[in-house]
Amino acid sequence: MEHIIKNGIVYDPLNNIDGEQKDICIKDGKIVDSVSADANVTDASGQIIMPGGVDPHTHIAGAKVNVGRMIRPEDSKKDVVGRAPGQRGGSGFSVPSTFMTGYRYAQMGYTTAMEAAMPPLLARHTHEEFHDTPIIDHAAYPLFGNNWFVMQYLKEGDLDKTAAYASWLLRATKGYAIKIVNPAGTEAWAWGGNVHGIDDPAPYFDVTGGEIIKGLAEVNEMLGLPHPIHLHCNDLGHPGNYETTLKSFDIPKGIKANPITGNRDKVLYATHVQFHSYGGTNWRDFVSEAPKIADYVNKNDHIVIDVGQVTLDETTTMTADGPMEYDLHTLNGLKWANCDVELETGSGVVPFIYSGKAPVPSSQWAIGLELFLLVNDPEKICLTTDSPNAGPFTRYPRVMSWLMSNKYREDMIENHVHKWAQKKTSIATIDREYSFFEIAQISRATPAKVLGLSDTKGHLGVGADADIAIYPFNPETQDPSTDYMKLEEALTAASYVFKDGEIVVKDGKVVNIGLPGRCYWVNSIYDEELEKQIVGEVETMFKRYYSVNFANYAVQDEYLPRSTPVDGVIL
Amino acid sequence: MEIVKNVVCPFCGMLCDDIICKVEGDEIVGTLNACRIGHSKFVHAEGAERYKKPLIRKNGELVEVTMEEAIDKAATVLAESKRPLMYGWSCTDCDAQAVGVELAEEAKAIIDNTASVCHGPSVLALQDVGYPICTFGEVKNRADVVVYWGCNPMHAHPRNLSRLVFSRGFFRERGLADRTVIVVDPRKSDSSKLADIHLQLDYDKDYELLDAMRAVLLGNEILYDEVAGIPKETIYEAVDVLKNAKFGVLFFGMGITHSRGKHRNIDTAICLVTDLNDSAKFTLIPMRGHYNVTGFNQVCTWESGYPFCVDFATGSARYNPGETGSNDLLQNKETDGMMVVASDPGAHFPQKALERMAEIPVISIEPHRTPTTEMADIIIPPAIVGMEAEGTAYRMEGVPIRMRKVVDIGLLSDKEILERILTRVKEINASK
Amino acid sequence: MSEIILKPKEQPLVPIEANNVTPDVFAGKTLEEIKNLGIWHGNRQDRLSKFFDIEGESSENPSEIKIIIDGSVPKTKWIGKAMTAGEILVKGDVNMYVGADMKGGKILVEGNAASWPGQDMQGGELTIMGNAGDYVGSAYRGDWRGMSGGLITVHGNVGNEIAEYMLGGKMVIKGNVSIMPGVHMNGGLLIIEGNVVARVGGEMKGGTIVVKGIIDEFLAGFKYLGIERDLNLEGEIIEGAYHKFKGDLATKGASGIVYAAVAGNSHIAPY
Ligand code: SF4
Ligand SMILES: [Zn+2]
Repeated sequence: MEHIIKNGIVYDPLNNIDGEQKDICIKDGKIVDSVSADANVTDASGQIIMPGGVDPHTHIAGAKVNVGRMIRPEDSKKDVVGRAPGQRGGSGFSVPSTFMTGYRYAQMGYTTAMEAAMPPLLARHTHEEFHDTPIIDHAAYPLFGNNWFVMQYLKEGDLDKTAAYASWLLRATKGYAIKIVNPAGTEAWAWGGNVHGIDDPAPYFDVTGGEIIKGLAEVNEMLGLPHPIHLHCNDLGHPGNYETTLKSFDIPKGIKANPITGNRDKVLYATHVQFHSYGGTNWRDFVSEAPKIADYVNKNDHIVIDVGQVTLDETTTMTADGPMEYDLHTLNGLKWANCDVELETGSGVVPFIYSGKAPVPSSQWAIGLELFLLVNDPEKICLTTDSPNAGPFTRYPRVMSWLMSNKYREDMIENHVHKWAQKKTSIATIDREYSFFEIAQISRATPAKVLGLSDTKGHLGVGADADIAIYPFNPETQDPSTDYMKLEEALTAASYVFKDGEIVVKDGKVVNIGLPGRCYWVNSIYDEELEKQIVGEVETMFKRYYSVNFANYAVQDEYLPRSTPVDGVIL
Repeated sequence: MEIVKNVVCPFCGMLCDDIICKVEGDEIVGTLNACRIGHSKFVHAEGAERYKKPLIRKNGELVEVTMEEAIDKAATVLAESKRPLMYGWSCTDCDAQAVGVELAEEAKAIIDNTASVCHGPSVLALQDVGYPICTFGEVKNRADVVVYWGCNPMHAHPRNLSRLVFSRGFFRERGLADRTVIVVDPRKSDSSKLADIHLQLDYDKDYELLDAMRAVLLGNEILYDEVAGIPKETIYEAVDVLKNAKFGVLFFGMGITHSRGKHRNIDTAICLVTDLNDSAKFTLIPMRGHYNVTGFNQVCTWESGYPFCVDFATGSARYNPGETGSNDLLQNKETDGMMVVASDPGAHFPQKALERMAEIPVISIEPHRTPTTEMADIIIPPAIVGMEAEGTAYRMEGVPIRMRKVVDIGLLSDKEILERILTRVKEINASK
Repeated sequence: MSEIILKPKEQPLVPIEANNVTPDVFAGKTLEEIKNLGIWHGNRQDRLSKFFDIEGESSENPSEIKIIIDGSVPKTKWIGKAMTAGEILVKGDVNMYVGADMKGGKILVEGNAASWPGQDMQGGELTIMGNAGDYVGSAYRGDWRGMSGGLITVHGNVGNEIAEYMLGGKMVIKGNVSIMPGVHMNGGLLIIEGNVVARVGGEMKGGTIVVKGIIDEFLAGFKYLGIERDLNLEGEIIEGAYHKFKGDLATKGASGIVYAAVAGNSHIAPY
């Protein structure tokens, strides 16, 4: 199948294309140089073309996500979509059901989304939900930061065994990256506690968050993984946590990036940094320290962050940071779900209302925007809402519009948020506005590159997957700074979205679900002999302390309808 | 004789996955590691008559028909009913359940599972106040306080105690000796005999006792010297044990989900567990009966947003147990056609619901002769998941495990049967 | 007031959903348009006129419209859903969800109502002359924000969990109540003139419940505050002597109040 998209205004940062009128040719699902005269033509005159969006950190599939749906029928009832020809129904505003999740990402022009927290024991559940999430390519990050084997091997100082275990676990769970959440803290939560900062050891295992970050950062490069360690720092949401954040950022500095696939140069991906940029000692004297965090990111080249932008919605928080969710429940008194997962991790879920009338959520809203606007280089920052934690992913168009329009932000500051946004942060003093090129960087190019997928994702050069978004907004005649509502509408409902070269969205509506999404996972074998040895150790632990049999643990191939392995080291 | 290892037991919510099956031809002739009830499921010891061919009731008599005819009849019932009900789902795999949810959407039906008559109250409660759980291994490795409230695991989940409580865990090296077991049950049972503390409360007073315990936990005096037949001092002592737990777990069963107040008992029990986390670490696990009742609630939730009792009548999912539960629909005579998959309401529903079932067309996708098939107009026998077909199931606390196929008996799986019905319903709807 | 009369035809076994039967929807429509309004019957849509003979005249303004359902409609749900103004009179029974999401206007049901009358009600007046089922004036599943305004009056008896998660407004039950009235209540006023079986105000954190009849069993998690006479609640004087309790102290920070008439309730007071 051939296709040509004519006359669109193209923003393709990885190929240095900044608003050029340019035709895009597609053949057999890939972008090519030219097509024959028989190619289908799509006219994109006066419209924006970008690569399909890439979400590097979201919560869309798996046990805690589904608990978020299950405990919140009142959230489901708010947003219900019926069955339509060729399309399934669904419900859920903050945590949409799987089909809706796929459709809604696609409608916004997003074609890749990564589930950021997968408990290894429950990996099969994540893959089952992926199976029912149409259109988008995806991957999941298994949780390593409170894993008994990791903590034990690191305590023994044995990085090789840690690496052998990690590569085995990535294959067993069909996982994509090393995710670290509140290292040592979630294990402490298994006894009802938490750790504070990076130097506080986990009970019994006696390794600190800092040691876990350091060890796994090294292991990550020993394995040559496409993505750097993906870190959710300690002390999330606590006033004064920015110091922990800065210390954590410094840990992997000096380690050399060694991706086998892709060409990232970063060794740390720090997620939802908005929640980690707080000064003060309590919620009264709390202030933004986003400028200090942004300054660190500006001065250092080993790090990429995502923001976790608060969208001022009623939403559902969910994280493997078990103790943090219990704290949140004691703060807002709303229903609390939790799941401690044997030998591996934990999680919690609590509904949360980020009200613009309330001082703290308004400050959080401003802190996220400060990060976006104070980090100078869009190659170091990704757009996320840590969906649904700071707000559902369906608000990305609004976040983009806030970034592109100082007027929109002024209207928010003057009319829609609490005065703490001005008092506690510097947001009102910043007038930077993102360009379309920069928007394409933080939502396409930068995430694709840091994921190690920029060969095929996040750009429109020859050889890329033909995942393409066309938006009904004309940058030559419309000004995003003043026409911000129009911009938000345009970004919410793409006029066309191509996935693997097929039109899946037209005029904001899903018209075709195409192929199942690819499931990326890392195929890495650190050291076959050593792996045999550690698998033996793992098996022994299974017999004694796990509640499932070793033979029933690994995710079977049947669960991945479009399995797409990505190489790490294979030794 | 062939030996198949690491087989997953398709009986109760413990979903034991260490079963060894001895196979001769297409029959399982013996098992190792399974408990008594698991074993009898594997070797068909129930002695129930097995169907191998589709049947349709004609003039009151069941007659063998082709698969095509049975599928067509079943699809016609679903497509023609104004308020079709699709019930059951707890003894089949998640892929079949997923086809079921799509079929319900297509037929604008109501889909509901057996949770409706067992842990439905737990679902309603967790929707109001949350769901703090842990996986089994956490119980085994960490729990020093284990509470069984309204359940008798020795009978209903025979390997629960041996796998999780008697056994040694990482931080509980002496097994049972390292744990305090509390049973809350109005009756004496084999499980209560094992308990360090048996709170033998009055029938139907779970909520009252929990309310008192929660008030005590928060440091309040309680109004009365005795609550639910338990003296005040004993309540204080019990709360003391709970709040000093290093890791506590509350298992709860039908004895509390179905005593007076139903979901409110679970609601306040969840809140007790939640509040215990201010001083202790505490979690809970519902003792779910059928091996994949949990899986249905998972699948139905990720596909529709709601765990059970989902009403697709208007084309969009709606949910309100009390209106959209199977018993509500049958007893209020709302439903006018019913499909039963992998369960036996004929044996478990109240008389008033059965009366309605007798009045309306009933389709049963079921391997054995049961009280439900006795009432059914169409019977389609599938292969049994976990023995004759593979697929995913979710253990009671949500751990997904792939069920194995041990023997091949050449019948369609539930999933395949449902897919054929779905295709046929689509055809009928397209021609409307 | 322009009156529109809906004379029910035979009610089908599979219920119908009359969420279109409100003054807001009828306003500005001709009789013909009203007859042709869509109505869900199970999973099919029919016209309103299939189930009702319809006469009368509409108005531009919903507050000028009175809808009279001239007979019993025990298989009809959602009458008056989300109405904001005008009146509905039902001369008989109704099924579930009468007056759900109601914001204003008046509904009078002369017969009985099934469960969930006045679910998530925000304003207006809902009166049921007969009995009502469970969950009168309650919240939707999972929501901690229930009825927030308006007045519900039931002259007969009601079932379980009325005023669940109630936040504001007022509810008066003249008859008897089963278990759990005011469960998880956070605000508002619930007056029960008859008797209650058990668990008044279970897990309540706020609001006020007055029981003039007998409470068979009471929860131990409340604190006894003594006897109070002639209660002054929201400007209304409720005469008589009442045992006063605060609770449900099983829940953190609870400050709900339950008044139980002294007459007949000595067994639940601790002294
Ligand atoms: S305890 Fe349950 S799952 Fe385990 S063997 Fe017995 S019946 Fe099967
Ligand atoms: Zn996250």
